[in-house]
Amino acid sequence: MMTHLPVLPILIPLIVGALMLIPPFSRITVYRRVLGTLASLLMLAVAVLLLVEVDAQGVHLYAVGEWRPPFGILMVVDRLAAILLVLTSVLVLAVQLYASAGEDEHGPFFQPLLMFQVMGIQGAFLTGDIFNLFVFFEVLLIASYGLIIHGGGKQKTAANVHYVILNLAGSALFLIALGVLYGTFGTLNMADMARIAPTIEGGSLTLARSGALLLVVVFGLKSAMLPLQFWLPKAYSAAPAPVAALFAIMTKVGIYSLWRVHLGIFGEDAGGLANIAQPWIWPLAWLTLLIGMVSVLSSQTLRSLAANLVIVSVGSLLLMVATATHASTSAGLYYLIHSTLTTALIFLIAGLIVSLRGPAEDRFVSARAMPQAGLVGGVFFVTALALIGMPPLSGFIGKVLMMQATLASQSADWIWPPLLLASLAALVALSRAGSTLFWRTRDGKSGNNTVHPLQWGGVYVLMVALVAMVVGAGWLTEFTERAATDLFQGMDTSLLMTGGAE
Amino acid sequence: MEFSFALGVGFLTGAGVFLMLRGQTFPVILGLTLLSYAVNLFLFASGRLMINGAAILGTAESYSDPLPQALVLTAIVIGFAMTAFVIILAIRSRTDMGNDQVDGREASLAHGELLDRKQRKEQNR
Repeated sequence: MMTHLPVLPILIPLIVGALMLIPPFSRITVYRRVLGTLASLLMLAVAVLLLVEVDAQGVHLYAVGEWRPPFGILMVVDRLAAILLVLTSVLVLAVQLYASAGEDEHGPFFQPLLMFQVMGIQGAFLTGDIFNLFVFFEVLLIASYGLIIHGGGKQKTAANVHYVILNLAGSALFLIALGVLYGTFGTLNMADMARIAPTIEGGSLTLARSGALLLVVVFGLKSAMLPLQFWLPKAYSAAPAPVAALFAIMTKVGIYSLWRVHLGIFGEDAGGLANIAQPWIWPLAWLTLLIGMVSVLSSQTLRSLAANLVIVSVGSLLLMVATATHASTSAGLYYLIHSTLTTALIFLIAGLIVSLRGPAEDRFVSARAMPQAGLVGGVFFVTALALIGMPPLSGFIGKVLMMQATLASQSADWIWPPLLLASLAALVALSRAGSTLFWRTRDGKSGNNTVHPLQWGGVYVLMVALVAMVVGAGWLTEFTERAATDLFQGMDTSLLMTGGAE
Repeated sequence: MEFSFALGVGFLTGAGVFLMLRGQTFPVILGLTLLSYAVNLFLFASGRLMINGAAILGTAESYSDPLPQALVLTAIVIGFAMTAFVIILAIRSRTDMGNDQVDGREASLAHGELLDRKQRKEQNR
């Protein structure tokens, strides 16, 4: 059982998602909810188990069907993948609970699609070969296409048309890049590619460079890097609250891929291909952060504010990717976990506010006071503090870590101002949002809507995770440092020769 | 063979990109389909082009790389699913929006048509 642990994060959602499509689960919503929640708990347990095991014993390899690498399908669990698996399962648990309050009944297939999306996300984190990265990207994308239009409506359809077409074009680019890389490397296994990269010369080098840069475009589209970020605010603010919360991790899959591919394969030791993406990511990350700030300040609803905060967090993370040092990767990983949790939380809270405020929804206009304003306001306040980066929450720790990391690499002059300004923009926008939503009230009776206990459950799961990030910050930062070391060392290529199945 | 193959891939890509830049959903979907054909051919060629090469060891003098063939197969299957989905989505968008524009707005129609409407308005006046 323990040897098959690495494949479980993919198998559990696949089997559960398929089960949900057949009777009796397909008919009775309660069964589906219970099954989904159990599956999320199980995935969390597996992820934590993997994390503990990997931290103690080092990288865990799983060759599907015992086909020895570099042939066959390889799953790789290192510390980076393990911690992201834990993050995903926490997020899924929260989303699952929140949606079980009734949002999943607005359309027939919410729960199975959620499971398939999770399968794609976890698979992308686990895979050790770049073609399967594409396959799992497609799995998570096709599930997300369905999830965005969950519940239906004009706005969602319009946002989804753009999202789907853009991502289909992105997939085509991904395949072209893979073709080029396979043609020059002769392998698609990440560790094998890292081994071969320094030996590529001459005409193949030019081809390989163009393939590697095409991948930057693809991952840039996934992570909403500047010229490719226009789809995000519309898609995320149109999506239902639990779906948008889950999507908080989708942009991070792009960041993860940049780390995995452009640090792991085309990193320092890649000869002619070394650090090929950095000069491009630098200015783009900077501008992404800038445009994120401007859009945060100009947002008119809480949901679009949250979507623009996603872009700000992506900009900060891309700066860390561009710096490409050991310290910046470690700090970036901490901030990635923090920003995923907080942006997911703010999307869930925006969902609560939309349902509580009635016709005013989450627009920044004065309206009748909402019921349960104290509780929702309290949660909003804590989340806002974390998002802005004020002590004592994880946002502060993450920002400080990132600034410290860049101090060492002499690039602080360029990185500190946008990071700090982003905090200021978030401060202004969120305090304006909070005061309008909770304090600028007109006379009149507030509505009768209340927050379902399960919705609170979802919110609290994320809150607890956020608090755990502060309480366990010491352990977590040490862990992210070890994860960054894993990434920089690259994979143990000696395993490729003997096969890692045993 | 290489030249004609490259020409075919290039032409398909060009046509696909051109169609994808149109404003209506149907040409865009056609463009996506053409692009995916081009991509599949391109992937296929990434294992080097070869005539009379079997993909199984020991059955022929020279053997061709089986991996790109497997990759293409995967890409084709995914491409089919995506095309089916995007067609349904386009139909849905046609119903929801009342037009077949990618932007969902008539205002993004060709400039000429806007002019036509202006003229019609003036005539009515």
